[in-house]
Amino acid sequence: MTTIAFPIPRPTHPTGIWDWITTIDHKKIGVLYGVTAFILFLSGGIEALLMRVQLAGPEQDIVSAEIFNQLFTMHGTTMIFLAIMPLSAAFFNFVVPLQIGARDVAFPRLNAFSYWTFLAGAIILKISWFTGGATNAGWFGYAPLTSVQQNPGTGIDYWIVSLQVLGIASLAASFNFLVTIINMRAPGMSFMRLPLFTWMTFITNILIVLAFPVITVALIELYFDRSFGMNFFNVARGGDPVLWQHLFWVFGHPEVYILILPAMGIVSEILPTFSKKPLFGYPAIVLAGAIIAFMGWMVWSHHMFTVGLGPIPVTVFTITTMAIAVPTGIKVFNWMGTMWGGAMDFKTPMLYAVGFVAMFTIGGISGVMHSMASSDAQQQDTYFIVAHIHYVLFGGAIFAIFAGIFYWFPKITGRMYDETLGKINFWVTFIGFNIAFFPQHFLGLDGMPRRIYVYESSMGWNLWNGVSTFGAIVLAIGILVFMHNIVRSWRKGELAGGDPWDGRTLEWSIPSPPPEYNFVEIPTVYDRDDWWARKRREVRRAVPVAGGSGDEEEHDIHLPQPSYWPLVVAIGIFIGGFGLVYPVANYAIAIVGVFIGTVAVYAWSFEPVNDPEDGEPAAH
Amino acid sequence: MAQATAHHEEHEPTTTGLNHRKMLMWAFLGSDCMFFGSLIATYLVYKNRSIAGPLPEDVFSIPVTTVSTFVLLMSSMSMVLAYAALTRNSMKAFRIWLASTCVLGATFISFQVYEFYEFANYEHKVNCADVGVKELTPVKQELAKKCGTEDEHDGMVKDVVGLTPRTNLFGSTFFTLTGFHGAHVTLGIVWLLSLFFLSFKKGMVTPERNLDLDLAALYWHFVDVVWIVIFTVVYLFGVFPGF
Repeated sequence: MTTIAFPIPRPTHPTGIWDWITTIDHKKIGVLYGVTAFILFLSGGIEALLMRVQLAGPEQDIVSAEIFNQLFTMHGTTMIFLAIMPLSAAFFNFVVPLQIGARDVAFPRLNAFSYWTFLAGAIILKISWFTGGATNAGWFGYAPLTSVQQNPGTGIDYWIVSLQVLGIASLAASFNFLVTIINMRAPGMSFMRLPLFTWMTFITNILIVLAFPVITVALIELYFDRSFGMNFFNVARGGDPVLWQHLFWVFGHPEVYILILPAMGIVSEILPTFSKKPLFGYPAIVLAGAIIAFMGWMVWSHHMFTVGLGPIPVTVFTITTMAIAVPTGIKVFNWMGTMWGGAMDFKTPMLYAVGFVAMFTIGGISGVMHSMASSDAQQQDTYFIVAHIHYVLFGGAIFAIFAGIFYWFPKITGRMYDETLGKINFWVTFIGFNIAFFPQHFLGLDGMPRRIYVYESSMGWNLWNGVSTFGAIVLAIGILVFMHNIVRSWRKGELAGGDPWDGRTLEWSIPSPPPEYNFVEIPTVYDRDDWWARKRREVRRAVPVAGGSGDEEEHDIHLPQPSYWPLVVAIGIFIGGFGLVYPVANYAIAIVGVFIGTVAVYAWSFEPVNDPEDGEPAAH
Repeated sequence: MAQATAHHEEHEPTTTGLNHRKMLMWAFLGSDCMFFGSLIATYLVYKNRSIAGPLPEDVFSIPVTTVSTFVLLMSSMSMVLAYAALTRNSMKAFRIWLASTCVLGATFISFQVYEFYEFANYEHKVNCADVGVKELTPVKQELAKKCGTEDEHDGMVKDVVGLTPRTNLFGSTFFTLTGFHGAHVTLGIVWLLSLFFLSFKKGMVTPERNLDLDLAALYWHFVDVVWIVIFTVVYLFGVFPGF
């Protein structure tokens, strides 16, 4: 025995809450991600509703200008970093190992670390509401609004540290998923047989690996400016606020695709399943996804058309931005081709998926409108942009995520959701969403700027603002129906069985919910839609039943054991990060955090993946 | 058991045949490229845009930094030798070369600390005979105004005008970029030292488990390569005219 002993014994068979705290099972971590991110999604939604209530009529005085600034900043940051990204990560966790025929991700403990670090980042951001005001400079934090002279409170610092911590979580998760997808595919699962969701996860994680360091550097520079009086964005010392914009959007535009590519992957799984057809133009959709990711790096300055970059950059970025609509269009046409002539079954996931295609197309078209710099000059910083991003991120990403939640709900919980409630939920959400956001196109073209907390009655914006707020309330009711459905069905829905949708991919070939080890025997893959093809191939003999015969021996499957070191490292990061923003004794707090984190990293490295179990020989 | 587990891990079949941890390290290095790329980009954007204070040509001493660069590059060589020694199970040579790598890395860091201290307390000198003859940097032009006053001694004027991260854009970008590089080297030293001390514990560092060292070596070489870029772009381009 050469294991270095640490005083705290390893959890062996934890139960209850300790099971969740020490788990390194990708399925449980996926559920943790999903539930946490949904709660944060609700908090972002409440922030949005407060803004909509304030703007429901002219010259209202429900929230102050200061609070309003914090609301829109926190709403954007929350929805992007704490809701859509981790909701996507929930699916990466739950679905990807099942789709590629693996028993877990490549680094199960690193996966738990990602979740706990994400939670730490979320807490640091949300806590700033109660420590003297949240960040208020917009989710993009433009310099010099974030300078210590303009913004002496700690809100910006909480925002910086929170995004850094979330960046660590995202990067750790991305390394993990890249290695998992490249290295843990079942025999025969070549790249061109990968399910589309796994493909888009792969591409998304490449984007995260390359884009997050850029925002890390931008935030470091901003933090140094604020804390140590450096000059990066200090105009008085020659610093250039436009550099912040460049760094931010070099990250920020790939980030847009980080948000939408997983959604496209989800929809590409659902449309073929409920159309009873293979995905139309699989190679084209894969390639279009890759091209979108690649070109996503060449369009960032279209966020900065009105900065005054000069005619050449503006022309170049206009052209690249228009061009990136082409691969997106290819995807839309392939989805339509998938549905064309199919035996469409409009279950709730399908409704949401079709809703995604329609809403995302509207958002995409308004995106092409402001790809043209001359047109963008009219639309910049108006409600037209607000309408655009909500059509792509709510009508797009969130609709797809809801589609995914309904689609995989039976797999995750083993129970069916209530189909009637699901349909009500879809239609209420869909109608509420359109009432809330479509009029914002009109408001924007009418000249209503974003981020204003009050407007005069004479501006002529009263009607559509009222309609928009009404729509937001309808939308909120839709979300309540969703919550009711999910909570009720999770407890007492009908049992779903392994394959309720006549699924195509490997996750439907095992029981619901999947056993801890996922696959009794790692499957060998012969086809692109392998499970679907297997059912068709063997239909004349016995139809294969999800989960195999149940006679297989299970005791030979060795799973990695639970561990609490990932959580302890995350606690170290939390305390250290908190020390960086806390006004009193901050270095002492930060050092405590670094110490805890370092000890835990060492403990983690010396902890074997599996301790010798009872009766098992200590060495091979 | 740790040995047995690790042994098992390294022979775990993967789709590509490559080890999980090695692939993760490559992904991390790709990410770190973007990290240093962004820092270097910031440095280059702000090059020649400082509105006050010492500039690269005031403070850089190419001979000194050339020596420290050489030291760091030699540490990469000793790292290679340490890895080679481990794979042929020559533990003594392995420990010597690994310790050399740590010492060389620490020497580089000492150079950097010296350099930072030197920059922060930099004494500028102007030969009054050069005024109007040679092109002087803004700091030296300011200093040259003292020529002919009682501050002039033996035809020279001197003054301390330090470069700190707060002084100007050059200071902010320079110290941030090289500081993060130094932090990477320091982390590498801690990592290598951990392996060094572990090697005295039986079965922890063995030829079969050379992947542990391989990963540290990959990281170490990467940090060296980044320094080559920094030395070229920041130091050499900083003092030679025309860049």
